[in-house]
Order: sequence, then C-alpha cells, then structure tokens
Amino acid sequence: MLSIKNLHARVEDKEILKGLNLEVKAGEVHAIMGPNGAGKSSLASVLAGRENYEVTEGSVTLDGKDILEMAPEERAREGVFLAFQYPIEIPGVSNINFLKTALNEIRTHRGLDPMTAKEFLQKSKEKQALVEFDAKLVNRSLNEGFSGGEKKRNEIFQLAMLEPKLAILDETDSGLDIDALRIVSRGVNKLRSENNAFILITHYQRLLDYIVPDYVHVLSDGKIVKTGGKELALELEEKGYDWLK
Amino acid sequence: MENNTDTEFLESLADKEYEHGFVTNIEMDILPPGLNEDTIRFISAKKNEPQWMLEWRLKAYNAFLKMELPTWQNFKMPEMNFQGISYYAAPKNTPKYNSLDEVDPELLATFEKLGIPLNERKKLLGVKDDVADVITDEDGNVSERPLVAIDAVFDSVSVATTYKEELKKHGIIFCSISEAIQDHPELVKEYIGSVVPQTDNIFAALNSAVFSDGSFVYIPKGVRCPMELSTYFRINAENTGQFERTLIIADEGAYVSYLEGCTAPQRDEHQLHAAIVEIVAHKDAEVKYSTVQNWYPGDKDGLGGVYNFVTKRGICKGANSIISWTQVETGSAITWKYPSVILQGDNSYGEFYSVAVAKGKQIADTGTKMIHIGKNTRSRIISKGISAGNGQNSYRGLVSIGAKADNARNFTQCDSMLIGDRCGAHTFPYIDAKNPTATLEHEATTSKIGEDQIFYLNARGIDTEKAVEMIVNGFAKEVLNKLPMEFAVEAQKLLAVSLEGSVG
Ligand SMILES: Nc1ncnc2c1ncn2[C@@H]1O[C@H](COP(=O)(O)OP(=O)(O)OP(=O)(O)O)[C@@H](O)[C@H]1O
Ligand SMILES: [Mg+2]
Repeated sequence: MLSIKNLHARVEDKEILKGLNLEVKAGEVHAIMGPNGAGKSSLASVLAGRENYEVTEGSVTLDGKDILEMAPEERAREGVFLAFQYPIEIPGVSNINFLKTALNEIRTHRGLDPMTAKEFLQKSKEKQALVEFDAKLVNRSLNEGFSGGEKKRNEIFQLAMLEPKLAILDETDSGLDIDALRIVSRGVNKLRSENNAFILITHYQRLLDYIVPDYVHVLSDGKIVKTGGKELALELEEKGYDWLK
Repeated sequence: MENNTDTEFLESLADKEYEHGFVTNIEMDILPPGLNEDTIRFISAKKNEPQWMLEWRLKAYNAFLKMELPTWQNFKMPEMNFQGISYYAAPKNTPKYNSLDEVDPELLATFEKLGIPLNERKKLLGVKDDVADVITDEDGNVSERPLVAIDAVFDSVSVATTYKEELKKHGIIFCSISEAIQDHPELVKEYIGSVVPQTDNIFAALNSAVFSDGSFVYIPKGVRCPMELSTYFRINAENTGQFERTLIIADEGAYVSYLEGCTAPQRDEHQLHAAIVEIVAHKDAEVKYSTVQNWYPGDKDGLGGVYNFVTKRGICKGANSIISWTQVETGSAITWKYPSVILQGDNSYGEFYSVAVAKGKQIADTGTKMIHIGKNTRSRIISKGISAGNGQNSYRGLVSIGAKADNARNFTQCDSMLIGDRCGAHTFPYIDAKNPTATLEHEATTSKIGEDQIFYLNARGIDTEKAVEMIVNGFAKEVLNKLPMEFAVEAQKLLAVSLEGSVG
C-alpha cells in the first residue's frame, strides 16, 4: 500500500529525514519508535504534505500513486489520514460541520454523492459509539478548549468517520489516561481491516499491548535503524536507544 | 517562525469579481451634478414636499456650508468634490406604483437578479411550490422561508414596498420616507433629526439637506411586527450619490426586526453614500437593526468603489427598551460608520455586533458609541475585524457613562483576524466614565489565520479556499448568529465570496 524509498527531507535548510525506507502493506500495523527529535513527526508531516518540508530525494507512493506530487487535501482524499501530535483549535467551526464537509469532500473525490444530513448524523452516531466519543464534544467548536486527551480522542473519532486507507497516529497515546488509552485502542482495533493500514508513532510499549503491531521500527537521526516484531518494543523499553547507535 | 512560501501564499490576492457590478439600462431623470439651494428646492419640489420640510432641508444646508470634513479617523480623508455629484437620479415614470405590474420590468429584473423578491403575491396566496420558499441551514435543517416585507430603493427613490396592506392590518406603517412626509407628517416632524441632529457631522448635514428617499417604519403600542422588514438599496446611475434616510419608531412595548442590504455597479469613479438611520425605542420596546453592506469595494488597486459615510444612531428613550445593531460590512472602498445607542431610559440595553472585512485597498473605520444616561443601563459590543491584502480595519468605540447612570455596565470585545502580512488591524476604544458605580469590561485579541489551521483542514481533505472560509465564518460566528436566520446563511456566503482568492 505505502512504499517509501530513500526519502530525504529538510526544513529550513536542516536535513531531517536522511534516506528513509518503509513498506507498509494493507492490513498491517507498523509501530515507529525513536528518540525525541529523531524525525518521527517530520515523517508524518511529509506524508501528509505539510508545506514547509522540502523533499530533496526519494519517493513515496500510495497504491502506486506518487503522493509527493499531491496537495495535502488530495492526499487526504486519496486516503491518507494523520492524527496530529498536537491537534489544532479552530474557534467557531463546529466539530460536526467540519467533519461533514471533510467527509463529503472525500466522497466527492471517490465519485460518491455527498451524504445527506440524516445519513451523516446516523453514521456519526455509530462511530461515536464505536470509539466511545462524548456526544457533547461533537457539537462544540473544533478542538477549542478541549483537554489534551479530548483532542486526541477527537482525532480518533475523525479517523473512524473518514475511514482512510492509511492512518498515521502521531503519539495519540501521549496524554491519554489509562481508561482512554484502552478505549482508543479498542476503537483502533475495531477499525483495523484487510483494506487499511496503520502507522503508530509512540514512545510507550504499553500502547502496543493493546494494539499489537506486525512490525516495530526504530527511527533515529532521520533513518530507520532497526526493524523487528513486537518484542523489539519490550527490548527498547528495557535498554533505551543508545545501544542502537 | 515565518515560512516564506506560506506568507506569499497568504498574500497573493487574486481578486474575485464583484458579483453585483452590472448596470441596469433604464431611462432616468438625472439632475446634473452640482449643489446649491436650487438643488435642494428641486428635490423638495420633485417630491411635492410641504414647506416645513423644505425649510428644514435648507437649514441643514446652511449648517453644512459651515462644516469641515472630520479629521480624527484612521485614514487619509479622500478629496470630496460635493459639486461633482448628482443629487437626484430616479427611474423615469416614477414615483410610486400602485401595483407591481406597473413597475418597469427591467427594474423588477434587476432586483430579481440581486435576489430580492419584490413579488409578494405568491406568498399572499399561500402558494408554496417555489423552492426558494424553503431554506436549508448548514446542518441540513429545512425550514420555511420567513416572510419579509421589502422597501426597494433604486438610486434616489423607493420603487416598491411589499406587504404594505398586510402590515396595515396591525397598524404598522412601512413605507418610503417620501410617502411618510405626505401621509404621516406629524410623525416625521416629531422624530426626524431627533436622534441624529442636522449638525451632527458634515455628512449628516449633507444628508439632511439632500436626502432623496429611504424607509419609514412606525410600530404602534404593544405590536410585535409579524414579519421581518427590509430595505434594499441599489445605486445604479453614474456620478450619483445616494443619500437615504431611514426612520424607525417603536412605540411602547413594540417589537420590530429590520434588515438593510445594498449593492452598486462596478464603476471606475468613487460614489458617495451618506445615509442616516434614526431609531427611537419607547418604553419596553425593542428594535433589532441588521445590515449586510456589500457596496462595490473598488478593484484591487483601489480604483472606484463606494465611499460609505453613514450616521446611524438609536435612542432607548423609555425604560427597559432595547436597541440592537448587527452589521456585516464587506463592501465599500471606505466605510466610516458608528451605529450608536443613547441609553436614556432606565434599565435600557444597547448592543452592537459587527463583522467588518477590509481587503484589497479597502478601509473600514467602524465601531460604536454607547452613551449611558439612565440608571442600570447595559451595553454589549462585539466587534470582529477581518483584514486581508492591503486592507486596514479599525475599530473605534466610545463607552460613555453619565453622572446619573448608576450601575451602568458595558462589555466590549474586539477581535481582529489578519490574513497575510500587508494588512492592518487597529483598535481605538475610548472610555468616558463619570459615575464610579460603572462596571466596564474590555477584551481584545488579534490572531492570524495560521498555516497550522489551514493545514489541519487540508489534512482532512478540505482545500485552502474552503478552509479559509470555514475559519473566517467560525471567527465571525457570534455576530452571524445574531442575524435573522436566512440572512445569516446569506451573510456567510457573502463573507466567503468577499474573501475568495485572499489566500492561495
Ligand atoms: N520548522 C522547523 N524548523 C527547524 N527545525 C525543525 C522544524 N520542525 C522540526 N524541526 C526539527 O526536526 C527534528 C525532528 O523533529 P520531529 O518533530 O520530527 O521529531 P520527533 O521524532 O517527532 O520527536 P518527538 O519524539 O519529540 O515528538 C527536531 O530536531 C526538530 O527540532
Ligand atoms: Mg513528534
């Protein structure tokens, strides 16, 4: 599904990604771990198309299509979803109207009719239940005044609504309390299917107890320096990252 | 951190064509440019006015001659050639049609094209097959379009007023001010100039001398007006000024919601619009006045556009009365207006909710004055300024608390949003408190539409144009929510259209 080859990217003349390779197939879950400042969020930003990152070398394809050529909204419509490490507040824009707009943009791109208000509200109710998202937050302004954890859970609610092919979760677990972590994980597990794939960026092996990954990668200094199975996360928890340098 | 591509991106101003810039070709009676006593006599005679009205106009004209242009505003006052303006332009064969069938079809078509329904028959017959009678809000809720009575003013004259008969049943008077001078002289005489004195400022003096038409509303004691009242102003003729005058009187316990809209064709020279609105709210009365101002703003280099110098003021005369101003200002090359409330009655309440857009070379200098005189008077000011391109947006407000205004309260909030790096937002809040029991609160914020916000929406499949539209409408929501529902939807669209091309 996703194929990243020799990816180099810079921001403000500083090279952050330095020849990164990653293959993700449909149905898989990949965890990416690594020290602070290694470039994990940068990778997520480059995949989602944040403008201030300049790709200097390499390629990224999603189901064979070159996504680096696409504007961020086109990537989203093609099925890339980034759950932000720091979700943005947009005052006065209601969460639900925002989602309706987003969903209909994506549907239009796929040649589907926009959803009627009724269909949409039905879907929203189902997904709220699926990821146990508080109905009160659905009608508030987008992330405005949400607690850190509520913001993270809203990302997962959006994920459930938009049903992307490839979901990248950038530290969605940070800031969640123990119950919320369990709820969010359960939600993600329910959303997993043969047709989609997840990249989980995390610092904590605990998340991987709930969402069991097929692969664990260590990203350090702009490259994947080690890949293993779930047990790699346990080993990292014990030994830290120094031994990999 | 400032990102270069994004700044350029935010600054690139591709100007969206002004939608209402077309010209109607219709035979007109136009007075040649120029201003002297004869001009005023001509207008007054054309309208068959009584002597007292002519004298009132001439008095204003004499005051006007001695007055100077104001200098305190936050922009360089353009040169005003008062002799270069035509002070009267009216479609031939007016005034006043007895039925809409007599109205020039070209005129009806003009208002049709502007989306102003002058055809009331359908509604009165209860025919509801027209799709336009049903409106859908952004959540998809469908409701019936509320009834709106409209007074349509084309250049200098009112060409049609709808639902007059229906309103008459409730004792409501809704007509052009010219008709009111003929048919209800005692009311006009009593109230005209009682809120905005002739000598208030030079534009008010000019208007008082040459006003051509406008709307008149009287709601009798205890009557709740059963529909929205609305005036729609259209400048069409070249080199003309529009000087309309609106007078709204709500007697004890009355209620009315009133909306004003306006457009003008696209022309290379500036046109002056110097209007006056006066509102009187007696004891327990409430008047809601909403404006959606979309005069031609000029092109992106500042060529053409309407100079909008307007004096709007209401007086809460009786106890417990309420006056509420809501304005969405997207048009005009220059907007200079400060809808104000004189809170004279005890426990009276004044409100000012405003969204002003300044893009391209537009200048908006707008705000309000809340004059607290009575006891326990309260006021609330919510101002949202949006600046893009080279636009300059100033909020100017005065909260004045008189010596006898015990326990007066004001809350003021001024939020500014900047789109790009070349525009500006300024606030000038003045306070003049002569009573120590007053409670005054002021909050102000300035924000930039952040690339973070845009990217977040992009990352959900929403393009930049739409993202800006959403962010701006979110920013202005508190004000838009104040508008009557169907106009809120219109105003949202208008905001989006007026900022189209401001980003990306
Ligand atoms: N706009 C920018 N300008 C300069 N440096 C930047 C910019 N954005 C990111 N960086 C730098 O790029 C490096 C990688 O940052 P990134 O956010 O990708 O790290 P991370 O692996 O996600 O770290 P963490 O685990 O702390 O979230 C950091 O050194 C960061 O300071
Ligand atoms: Mg990070």
